Amino acid sequence: MSRYVIGRIGQAALVLWAAFTVSFILLQALPGDAILIKFLNPELGLGPEQIADIRAAYAADSPLPVQYLHTVANFLTGNFGYSIHAGVPVGDLILANLPQTLWLASLGFLLSVVVAVALAALSALAPFSWLRAFIQSIPALFISTPVFWLGILLIQIFSFQLRLIPVINPGPWQALVLPVLTLAVPISAPLAQILMRNIDHVLTEPFVAVARAKGASHRWVLWKHVAKNAVLPTLTIGGILFGELLAGAVVTEAVFGLNGLGGLTQRSVNDQDVAVLQAIVVFSAGAFVLINLTVDLLYPVFDPRLRVKQGAVA
Amino acid sequence: MTSAISLRPTATDVADVPVLEVDGLAVAYRGPEGFQRVVHEVSLRVRPGEVVALVGESGSGKTTTAQAVIGLLAENGRLEGGAIRLNGTDVAGWSQKRLDGIRGQKISLIPQDPTSSLNPVKTIGAQVAEVLQIHRQGSRAEIGARVIELLTRVGLSQPELRAKQYPHELSGGMRQRVLIAIAIALRPALIIADEPTSALDVTVQKRILDLIDELRREDGTAVLLVTHDLGVAADRANHIVVLKGGRIQEQGPTAEVLAAPRSEYTRQLLADAPSLGKTRSAARSKPVHIGPRRDAIVVENLVQDFAVGGREVFRALAGVSFTVRRGTTHAIVGESGSGKTTTARSIVGFQKPTAGRILVDGIDVTSLRGENLRRFRKTIQLVYQNPFASLDPRQTIFQIVEEPLLNFDPLPRDDRARKVEAILDRVGLPPAVLTRRPHALSGGQRQRVAIARALVLDPQVLVLDEAVSALDVTVQAQILTLLDELQQALGLTYLFISHDLAVVRQISDTVSVLHNGRLVDGGAVEDVFQRPGSPYTRELIAAIPGGRNLDPRSFR
Repeated sequence: MSRYVIGRIGQAALVLWAAFTVSFILLQALPGDAILIKFLNPELGLGPEQIADIRAAYAADSPLPVQYLHTVANFLTGNFGYSIHAGVPVGDLILANLPQTLWLASLGFLLSVVVAVALAALSALAPFSWLRAFIQSIPALFISTPVFWLGILLIQIFSFQLRLIPVINPGPWQALVLPVLTLAVPISAPLAQILMRNIDHVLTEPFVAVARAKGASHRWVLWKHVAKNAVLPTLTIGGILFGELLAGAVVTEAVFGLNGLGGLTQRSVNDQDVAVLQAIVVFSAGAFVLINLTVDLLYPVFDPRLRVKQGAVA
Repeated sequence: MTSAISLRPTATDVADVPVLEVDGLAVAYRGPEGFQRVVHEVSLRVRPGEVVALVGESGSGKTTTAQAVIGLLAENGRLEGGAIRLNGTDVAGWSQKRLDGIRGQKISLIPQDPTSSLNPVKTIGAQVAEVLQIHRQGSRAEIGARVIELLTRVGLSQPELRAKQYPHELSGGMRQRVLIAIAIALRPALIIADEPTSALDVTVQKRILDLIDELRREDGTAVLLVTHDLGVAADRANHIVVLKGGRIQEQGPTAEVLAAPRSEYTRQLLADAPSLGKTRSAARSKPVHIGPRRDAIVVENLVQDFAVGGREVFRALAGVSFTVRRGTTHAIVGESGSGKTTTARSIVGFQKPTAGRILVDGIDVTSLRGENLRRFRKTIQLVYQNPFASLDPRQTIFQIVEEPLLNFDPLPRDDRARKVEAILDRVGLPPAVLTRRPHALSGGQRQRVAIARALVLDPQVLVLDEAVSALDVTVQAQILTLLDELQQALGLTYLFISHDLAVVRQISDTVSVLHNGRLVDGGAVEDVFQRPGSPYTRELIAAIPGGRNLDPRSFR
């Protein structure tokens, strides 16, 4: 393996560790105590001694550094602990909620890429400058749209007024249409803006003038010269926007009442279910790191200039 | 001299029907106040096999004229009048779509900057093949074979390998050869060469211009050569068109324009062009010596290594030595990668040498640390190449010049203001510029500000790193005169870093020639120029454009 690959993987591991540690400290610093919230409930009729036993079982009273090392060791062996609220393994909870979010996130991302590319292509091909200015102003509108407001607006129009998508018990695909749209619109905006700016920039490069001087048409230049050069820097932003996507999923799932990781996060926050939250943070960070690692490793495939370094060491 | 003339096409291979005839061309750019005309009534003709040079300084409209001919004006530009006849057909009103049919085939372009003129993510072979594909010249296999043939023709070694490589794997000169291969691929009638060698080292420049010459002669192609360098035009063109402010100042056969310029502006250009000009060091008054004759800079056996990618070490300087006497100008000459800038950076104390000794004004620079190093910077100041990038656009000229004073001994506000005003006056700037910002100044004025900023601390030594390379020749001449005056008046020592031997010959007393980190030649300027001690120096001197034509001193 080349030094480039090893370096990137090392960085990814470091980011994961940092995410784990910071979230651990923050979650411990939160006021309140999930165990007390659940078991002090008078209906359960538990005495103080029994509660103390439960606390001991969770190791809730041991010193923080011990708890920290304990949790790290558990996470490294794939044991994410038990949900304090539901009493089931956290790993099972996440797995059960994952498919819904995975569909939502990947479809949302796919749609946002399609929208962004379409807008950028339209603006590059627009025959009049006023039309181009109009198309280029669309992302600014998208970016300033709050996710919750857009979701409610879409439900209002498509479910209540047009009655296209039922609110109660929609089919599995119907249920995804509006959330995906809600999620995709704000993500597509920065992608489209960066893509448009990159296209405009690449069009001013001298090699474009050389291509025109060869007799290449505007379309030929866009397709054969501009596209790849403009997409390259957009890749990085795409990876970073994926983090935005996870954050957006929490709100979107809440608005549409979906059972995904977003919904799970929301419930766990309400219950102060520290074990679940810790696992969700690490899981999200893991997904984020994985996506960005993929982007980093893909770069040399698309950009020959990055291959040299790799080749020189390998 | 006879060989020089035979390189240019003779009357017999220049036919009478022009390939290109530009008649009353007018071009305007859209600005904040509507369309502004930048090219007025330009008329010229290029006959088959002929080289016509469009000469002028920045803003003269030479590039705009060339862009208009090939139909590639910037988006905010528009043709406002005139005819552009290619082989008799007026293409001035043609749509882009129609022009696509003739671009690459009848008329082609050799661009200015080879480093950015090739698509970084496509192979060399694909980019040469593209021009053949666009104009549907043959099958895949035929195009592949033709690409190799073209790469061979422009003098690239291992053409099969080159075709598979990407632009960043080739040097600047090699990339320009690739761009020439693209331009000649379909044997066009006219090639527009827009400053084809300004971004290249002088020896590479000569080889590329020779190549264009050779290909042109073999194919009988006409060339419209756009250049700011009168020396290049003098060497290569049959006919010179001098532009200023978008208007033709004069045009005529090269020998006539050079020998008997009709316009005042051409005379000025000729006088200022360093490559055609006189050697000023002969006319220079002897440098002033203040007090006992001391060496301002002594460099002994300077070695500088850089780590590249871990354990490997790149030796940028391998034992360079020279001394500079106080009040004189020493030039460090070399091509890119020769180590000239590295030498300068070590002398100013920006980096610690791997080995060797550097004395500036008797102080050993290599032993200085922390506060002492900071104090030392007062005695040696830098002026950079690009006056557009080296000034903070948000500061006023007053703030820019005042800043160094704030970094050293605190002076009362009034004294500071007086000092700034005095130094600006010294470099020939009116007090009115004090409140302006850099964008409101011309390139020459900005470089004066940069010099004022360097001088405000009363340094002993000024390091001029390509300080006049980015300037037009007339401005360059003014700045060189200013530097000369300042040296006489203040007894300054200059370390002049340059790739331009013609300028070096004008301004320097002594010179060091660097090649791949080694000192290959050194001594008094005239000695080195008259009796170069190394083959490399001889090659450098032979490559100076303008030398091929009539000796300019003979008709002065």
